[in-house]
Amino acid sequence: MKWWRNRTTGHTEDGPPLDARRIAWLTAVAACALLPHASHLPGWLDAVAILLFTWRVAQLQLRWPGVSGPVKLLVVVACCAGVTLTFGHLFGREPGVALLALLLVLKLHELRSGRDGHAVVLLGYFMLLAAFMYSQTPAMAALLALSMTVITAALIALTGPPAPVRVLLHQSAWMLAQALPFMLVLFVLFPRVPGPLWGLPLDAYGSTSGLSDNMAPGSISQLSLSGEIAFRVRFDGNAPAARELYWRGPVLSRFNGRTWRQGDAARRVSDRPPPLPGAAVAYEVTLEPNSRNWLFALETVSALPAGTRLSDDGQVLSGEVVRSRRRDRFESILSTRPGDAERSDSLQAALQLPATGNPRARELAHRLRTQAGTPDATVDAALALFRREPFVYTLKPPLLGTDGMDEFLFDTRRGFCEHYAGAFVFLMRAAGVPARVVTGYQGGERNSVDDYLVVRQSDAHAWAEVWLRGEGWRRVDPTAAILPSRVERGLADMAAGEPVPFVARVDAGWLRSLRHRWEATNNAWNQWVLSYDQQKQLELLSRLGMPAPDWRSMTIWMASLCALLALVLTAWTLRRTTPDDSLAQAWLRIDRTLRSSGLGREPWEGPMDYATRIASVRPDLANEVSHACRLYADARYGNAPHAPAVRELRASARALRRKRTPPTS
Amino acid sequence: MREALRRWLSTLGGSPAMPVTLDRRRIFVLPTGAGIAWGCALLAMLLTAINYTLSLGFALVFMLAGLGQVALLHTFRNLLGLRLDEMPPEPVFAGQPAVFPIRLDNASTRARRALRLALRDGEAVQVDLDAGQSRTVTLRLPTSRRGWMAPGRVTLTTRYPLGLIRAWSYALPHRRCLVHARPEAGRPPLPLAGAGDGIRHASGEGSDEFAGLRAHRPADSSRHVAWKAWARTPGAPLLTKQFEGSDGGELWLDLARLPDTLTLERKLSRLTGWVLDADAAGLSYGLALPEERIAPSRGPSHRARALRALALHGLPA
Repeated sequence: MKWWRNRTTGHTEDGPPLDARRIAWLTAVAACALLPHASHLPGWLDAVAILLFTWRVAQLQLRWPGVSGPVKLLVVVACCAGVTLTFGHLFGREPGVALLALLLVLKLHELRSGRDGHAVVLLGYFMLLAAFMYSQTPAMAALLALSMTVITAALIALTGPPAPVRVLLHQSAWMLAQALPFMLVLFVLFPRVPGPLWGLPLDAYGSTSGLSDNMAPGSISQLSLSGEIAFRVRFDGNAPAARELYWRGPVLSRFNGRTWRQGDAARRVSDRPPPLPGAAVAYEVTLEPNSRNWLFALETVSALPAGTRLSDDGQVLSGEVVRSRRRDRFESILSTRPGDAERSDSLQAALQLPATGNPRARELAHRLRTQAGTPDATVDAALALFRREPFVYTLKPPLLGTDGMDEFLFDTRRGFCEHYAGAFVFLMRAAGVPARVVTGYQGGERNSVDDYLVVRQSDAHAWAEVWLRGEGWRRVDPTAAILPSRVERGLADMAAGEPVPFVARVDAGWLRSLRHRWEATNNAWNQWVLSYDQQKQLELLSRLGMPAPDWRSMTIWMASLCALLALVLTAWTLRRTTPDDSLAQAWLRIDRTLRSSGLGREPWEGPMDYATRIASVRPDLANEVSHACRLYADARYGNAPHAPAVRELRASARALRRKRTPPTS
Repeated sequence: MREALRRWLSTLGGSPAMPVTLDRRRIFVLPTGAGIAWGCALLAMLLTAINYTLSLGFALVFMLAGLGQVALLHTFRNLLGLRLDEMPPEPVFAGQPAVFPIRLDNASTRARRALRLALRDGEAVQVDLDAGQSRTVTLRLPTSRRGWMAPGRVTLTTRYPLGLIRAWSYALPHRRCLVHARPEAGRPPLPLAGAGDGIRHASGEGSDEFAGLRAHRPADSSRHVAWKAWARTPGAPLLTKQFEGSDGGELWLDLARLPDTLTLERKLSRLTGWVLDADAAGLSYGLALPEERIAPSRGPSHRARALRALALHGLPA
C-alpha cells in the first residue's frame, strides 16, 4: 500500500477521489488554459483538442463511455508524429507548447485522484505562461488574469467542500488580490537575469515585418501599407522638425539592374563614430523586434551606446539580432555631414552599374552632366528634372519591365520613394557622381499624450546620398522634390484613392487623440512592464533612492519586504479571526444598567429566566427587558444575525437607563 | 521515532488535554506533496520566463508564489482559534466501534472548511463549520476487548483552501469509553427457576402480585417505592413494595456457578449476554462476582451497573 493512502478510507492525501463536480472544474481549467493558444496551434491539433475535450464533457454530461487506453495511446503516438511533421522536430517552443496542450487535454481523460487534479491545475498555469510567449498585450494579460482566477477556483474546489461556482470564484479572486502585493514586490525587486539561459531554438520568435537588406521596386511601398510601429523615440529636449528626421537604415550600393543590395562597406564596422563638430541631439529609441541586427538612429549619429557598432556606410548595428524590444540611447548631429575622407573602393562601389540596360536613362545622365558641368550642378539638374516633369508619387505604381529605369523615367512616371531614390542614384552614377541608396524611416508622429515620437513601418523611406569632393556624402531626397509634404507630414497628404494605412492619415479630432491615448498606454505598458529588464530595474531602483543596487541588496530588500507583507497580511487576517464579542458586550451593558438598580442577573440565570423574574419584580420594565433577553437569546443560541441584535441591544440599554429609576407612585 | 516526534509536537503549545483552543503555538504547517510539486513547477516556470524574457511570465510566477504564501496563511487560519472539547462516550460492547463525540466550537466570524479529525488508529472524519457554528463529530475506534478504552490523541488536519499546505494540531481527550464484554453468541438460555447452573432461587420478588412491604434498599427501583405510604407519614423511612412473580424466583447470575471449563472471558461474555436477556425479559436479577455483589433489581441503571461490573472485572482500575 502506498504511503500516501489513508489506511482505512483509501482517500489520497490530496483529498477525496475526484467527483463529477471537481471533474467539471478541471475541464473548465483546460478550456481556460487552451483557449489563448487556439489561434497559433496547428489546425489539426486544435481539432484533436476540441474532439477530446468535447468527448470528456459528453462523458460527464451525457454519460458517454470514456476513451479507452489503446485509443489514448494511439492519439499520443499520432499527435507526436503530427507535431514532428508539422514543425520538423519535437523540441523547441512551438512543438513543446503543442505537446503540452495535448498532454493537458489527455489528462482530462485520466482523472482518478486529487493528484491528477493538481497535475491538471499546474499544467493549466504553465499553459498560461506559454501563452505569454505569443502575446503580452494588456488585453492578453487581462484575459489570462481571468483564466488564472478560474484555475485557482478549481484548485479550491479540489480541496474544499462543495460550494457554488460564484463563491469559489469570489474566494479565488480574493486570494489572488492578497497575493498581488507579493507579486509587485517580487516583480520590481527580483534580480533580473538577462536571458536566454540556454540556446533558444530558432523558432523562438515569430516573423516580423520591417525593412529588408535589398530594395526592388515595390518593396518599400509594400511596407508602407503596414501601420505597425517600428520604434518609439523620446528626445531629451525638443524634437527636431519632421523634415530633419531621417532614421538611417541599410545603405544599398550594389545594383544589378533591378534590385539594390548592400555593399562591402556594410560589412566593415567600427566601434566608435568619427568625431563630428556641432551640437548633438540626445534621444532614446525603443525598438520593436526586427529579426535583424539593425538599430535606427538619426543621421548623423555621433555617440553610440555600448555593445553597438557603426558600419562603414553609417548604419548602426547591434551585437546580436534584435529579437525582443530594446532601448538604446543615441546622440546625433543633424546639421553636419561626415567628412570627405572616403575609401577609394567605396567610391568605386558608389559608381557601379550593370554593364548594359536602360540606355535612355544613361543618355539622359550624360546630357545632364555635360550641361551642368560640375557634380554639384548635376545633382541640382536631376532634382529640377524630377520637379519639372509630371512625376506622380503613388503607392500603386505600374509594374516595370527589364529596363525599369527607362520605363519609369520616360513612360510611366509613377512611383514611390524607392523608384525615385533608385532612379536618382542610377542617373548620378551614370553621370559619374558617386551615389548610393539609403533606406530607413523618415519622420514620425508625436504622441501628444506621452510625448513619444512614434515611427511606423508606413514611415519607411528610401533616399539618396551623393559624394561631392570637399563636402563628402550629401543627403538628397528626390521624393521631397516631387512631394515636399512627404517629408513634412508623412503619407497623410497622399491622394484619397491611395491605400495609405489608416493610422498614417492625419485624422483630426477625437479619433486622433483617442489613438494617441491608446498608443501612449501601450507604450507605457511596453516601457514599464514588458521591457522591465536589468537596465530598467537598476534605473528605477536608483531613482527610488537605493544606492548602487546590485543583486545582493535587491535580494535583501525583496526578502524583507516580502516578510513585512506577510506580517501585515497575517496581522490583518488574524485580527478578523478573533471572535466577535460585540454581542456579549452589548448584553453586559444591559446587565450593568439593571445591576445598578439592584436588578442584576444571577450567574446561573439564563436570559429567559431572567426576563421572567424581572417581569415579576418590575412589571414596568418587563417589555424592554424581555425584548432584550429575547434578542440576546436568539442571536447567541439561535440563528439570528449578530449585527442588528447588537444595535438593538444597545438601544435597549439606553432605554432602560432612562426608565430604571423606580416609578414614583 | 515518528510517534515520539508527534508526542513531543503535541505538547509544544502546552498540554493538549481537552478542552483545548488552538492557538498559534499549537498549529503546525508543512507543504503537502502537491505543495512541493507546486514549488517545482514554479521554478520551472521561472526559468522559462527568464529564458524567453517574458515580463508577464515573471508576473505570473510571482503571483503564484504570492498565492502560495497566502494559501499558507489561509490554511493556518482555518485552524486558528478553534476550540475542541470532548463529550462523554457511551459504553459499547466489544466488537462494536467505540464512539468518541468531539465537539468543535467555531467562535470566529469566518467559516472553517474541510477539517479532518482522526484518532491514531481510526478513520478520518471531515467536517465543515459555518461562522459561529458548533458541531459534534463522532470518531470511531474498533474495539476487541472489554474494559476502558482510551481514544488517544486526536489529530485535526486541514489542507483548505488550496491543498498546498497542511496545517495540523493535536488534542488529547481524557474521557475513556467503557467497553462491555462481548455478549456470548449462542449462549444457553437464562438459568431460570429450578434450572441448573448459575442461579440461586430465593423468595420471589417478581412484579406480578403485591406481596407486602419491606425496608427500602438503595438498589431498589424507585418505581417500587411505596410513595403513598411515605406521604401519609412524613419522616418515616422509605418502604419498598414487594411482589410475588409468577415465575416466582429471584435470578442470581453468579460467576462462580459457571462451569470451570470456560475461560474467564467466556464466562463474563456469557453473563453479559444473560444480563441483556434478563433485562429484555423484564426480570429482576442480581449479579455475583468475587469482588462485588449486586442485589437483584431491574431497570436501565441496574443493567448499566451490572454490565460495568462485568466489563471491569479483574482489570486494574
